[in-house]
Amino acid sequence: MSDAPLLSVRELTVRFGRTLAVDRASFELWPGEVLAIVGESGSGKTSLLRAVHGDLPADGGRVQYRLDDGAPVALDALPEPMRRQLARTQWGFVHQNPRDGLRMSVSAGGNVGERLMAAGARHWGGIRAEATEWLRRVEIDPARIDDPPRTYSGGMQQRLQIARVLVTRPRLVLMDEPTGGLDVSVQARLLDLIRRLVSDLGLSVVIVTHDLAVARLLADRMLVMQGGRIVEAGLTDQVLDDPQHPYSQLLVSSVLQA
Amino acid sequence: MSLPGYNFAYLDEQTKRMIRRALLKAVAIPGYQVPFASREMPLAYGWGTGGMQVTAAVIGPDDVLKVIDQGADDTTNAVSIRRFFALTAGVRTTERTVEATIIQTRHRIPETPLTAGQILVYQVPQPEPLRKLEPRETETRRMHALAEYGLMHVKLYEDIARHGRITLSYDYPVLVNGRHVMAPSPIPSFDNPKMHRSPALQLFGAGREKRIYAVPPYTSVESLAFEDHPFHPWKANAPCGLCGATDSYLDEVVVDDRGGRLFVCSDTDHCTTRRAAGHRGAAAGHALAGAGE
Amino acid sequence: MNAPLLTVEGLSKDFTLHLQGGARLPVLRGVSLTVRAGECVALTGPSGAGKTTLMRALYGNYLPGGGRILVRHHDRLVDLAAASPREIVAIRRETVGYVSQFLRVIPRVPARAIVAEPLRAAGVDAAAAEREAERLLARLNLPERLWSLPPATFSGGEQQRVNLARGFAFPYPVMLVDEPTASLDPANAEVAVGLIQEAKSRGAAIVGIFHDADVRRAVATREHPVVPLAAAA
Repeated sequence: MSDAPLLSVRELTVRFGRTLAVDRASFELWPGEVLAIVGESGSGKTSLLRAVHGDLPADGGRVQYRLDDGAPVALDALPEPMRRQLARTQWGFVHQNPRDGLRMSVSAGGNVGERLMAAGARHWGGIRAEATEWLRRVEIDPARIDDPPRTYSGGMQQRLQIARVLVTRPRLVLMDEPTGGLDVSVQARLLDLIRRLVSDLGLSVVIVTHDLAVARLLADRMLVMQGGRIVEAGLTDQVLDDPQHPYSQLLVSSVLQA
Repeated sequence: MSLPGYNFAYLDEQTKRMIRRALLKAVAIPGYQVPFASREMPLAYGWGTGGMQVTAAVIGPDDVLKVIDQGADDTTNAVSIRRFFALTAGVRTTERTVEATIIQTRHRIPETPLTAGQILVYQVPQPEPLRKLEPRETETRRMHALAEYGLMHVKLYEDIARHGRITLSYDYPVLVNGRHVMAPSPIPSFDNPKMHRSPALQLFGAGREKRIYAVPPYTSVESLAFEDHPFHPWKANAPCGLCGATDSYLDEVVVDDRGGRLFVCSDTDHCTTRRAAGHRGAAAGHALAGAGE
Repeated sequence: MNAPLLTVEGLSKDFTLHLQGGARLPVLRGVSLTVRAGECVALTGPSGAGKTTLMRALYGNYLPGGGRILVRHHDRLVDLAAASPREIVAIRRETVGYVSQFLRVIPRVPARAIVAEPLRAAGVDAAAAEREAERLLARLNLPERLWSLPPATFSGGEQQRVNLARGFAFPYPVMLVDEPTASLDPANAEVAVGLIQEAKSRGAAIVGIFHDADVRRAVATREHPVVPLAAAA
C-alpha cells in the first residue's frame, strides 16, 4: 500500500446561490481503495462527487490529484486541456443514468472505442478487438457490438457505461449511484461485477450511494453526509455497526438489516 | 455598371468590411469557424446565401465570376447567382474555370486544377463537422479549441462497423493544417485531395449557421481515416460517356424510360473543353451532348 | 516467555443512543487482557455481558471509548483504538482474523472464492489460494458440488463451514473466534476444534467465545471472565 494519497480533497465548498451544497468537505483516497459517500438525497453527496470531478465549480477548497509520476497537482491550477485529458484517460465517471454517460445513437463498440480514439488509437481492428474484449468483461454478448445502447436493457446499458470508462485503464473512478435505477436482481449482478473489476484492476473508487448495502459490499471506508457536511467518516463496517453521529444512527436504523 | 439604387455587389460597405474581417481571421487560422453577422439575402437560406455574402465581400469590378452547382454552370441556382452579381456588381461572368478569378461553388471543386490568384468560394449548409455526434455548440467549440477530435473517428468507426468500409462519400471530414477538423461542405470525397496544398484561396460561407472559414493557398488538408482503413476517394467506375474522361467525377444520368443510363462528367466546363479538343466518349452523339455545346 | 501479540489495557466502551434521547449504555469498563503466541483465551460470562462487544472492538468493528488495544503488526505495536481506518484494513489483511458466527453472503460469489478471498487479499496467487480453499472445504466435509455455488441457498451448518474455512484460510498471527461450532454437527465441530488447535500450535494468539463447554475445555489455555457492568456495580 502506497503512503501517498491518490486524491486529496481539502475544505471543498460548493454553493448553489445561497444554499451551501457542500460545506468544507475533506477526505483522502489512497490507491486501490474504495470509498463510499452515503446520505439521503439532498445531502450534497453527488455535488461533492461532481465538484471533485471538476464538473461543478468549487467555491472554496481544493482537490489535489497525484499524477503517474507521483507529483501532486491541484486540479484548479491545471490547464483545461490537461484536466480534460486526465478526465478521459486516467479518470472515469459512471453516471447514475447511463444516458448521461453513453452516446445513445452510437454502437456499443463505438461507445467503448471512443476514449481509445480520443487517446489517438487509429487502428480500426485494434480498437474493435479491445471493445470486444471489454464487452466480454462486462458480460455483454460481443455479438451485440454493433447495436446502439438504446436497444439494451437498463442493466446492460450500465455495464456498457462501465466498459466505456474502464477501457483506458483509469486509476480513479467516480461513480454516482451506479445501481440507482435498476431492479434488485440486476443490481446484484452489477455490484458483483463492479466488485470484481475493482479488485482485478486495482482501481481507486469513490462511489456515491444512498444504499448502505452497496457501501457494505464495495467500500473499505465511508463518509456520511448530511446537509452538505461530512458528519462521520471511518471504516465501512465500523460506521455501519457502531455509528457515532446521530444522523448516522438514524440512517443505519432506518434500513432493513444490510 | 451595377443596379441603380443598390451598392456595388448588393451588400453595403460596412457589412462587407465586417465579412472581410471575419475572412482575414479565417485565413489566419485555417479551418477555424469564425462567427459572422450573416445578413438576409434576396433568396432563402439554403440557396447559397453564405457563399454569396463571401463573394460579395471579396469581388471587385475587374473580377471574372464563375458559379457552379454540383459542377454545372447551367442549373437554376448557378444561373441566378451569376445573374445576381452581373446585375449588382456589373462583373464579367464565365463558365470557363481557367478564365475565372472567383468561382462560387455548391458541392464540387472544378476538375481543372486551380491556380494561384484564384478564389474558390464554397456554399456551406452545415459548417460543424462534429454536429451530428455532439449537438451542444458549447461542447463542439471546446472540442475544437482543445483539438479533441476522437469523436470524429467514432463516426468513421461506425461507418466501417456497419458497412465494412468507410462509405462516407461526401462532406468527408478533413484535418486542416494539422490542427482543425473541418467540414469541406458536401463536395464528393473525390474532390478532397484537390484541397490539399491548392494554390487557390478557398473560402467557406455558411449563411444560416453564420460561420465563415478558410483554407489559405498551399495549406495541408488531410482526409481522416484509420491505419487499416485508409482514405479512398470514391468515383463511379466508368469513363465519361460524352468526353471519355476517366479521371473526372461522374454523374449518373437516366436517359430514357427503359432504364438506360449514362455516366457523364459532373463538371460541365471540363467536359465541354475536352470535347472541343476532340475527345469523344462512347455516347458522344447523345442528345445530352448538345446541351453543353 | 514470548512477547504478547495482543494486549488490551483499560478498554472501555459505551453506546450512545442518539435516537433514544442520547441515552448512554456502558458495556465495557477497564478491560485488560494479554494474549501471547500459542495461547487461546476463552471469554466467559453470561449472555449480554459484552463478550461479543469486546471481540468486535478487538477487530476494530466497534469504536473503543477509552483504553488501548495493542496489536503486534509486522514488527511494531499498533494501537487499534487509535489507528486510522487504513491501518485497520492493513491489520485485518495480514495480522488479525475474525471468524464470525454468521457468513455474510455476497451475491453470485461461489463458496470456493469466498474462502480464497482472504488469501488473495494477502497477495497469494489465485491458483494456490483456490487449492488451499478446496483443501479446507474438503476437510470441513462440504460436498464438492457446492464449492462452485454461491452459499446463499446453503443450510446454516453449510454456511458456517464455509465461514470457518474462510476464517482459517490465512494464518493470521491473531485470531478472534466467535462461537465457531454453534451450528455444527459433532463431526464438524471436531474439525473446528482441530483447526483451532493447529492455529495454536503454529503460534497464533487466539481469543474466542465458546458456549460449548467441551469445546472450550478442548481448546482454551485459560479463561477470561467478562463481567456484566450492572453486576459489577
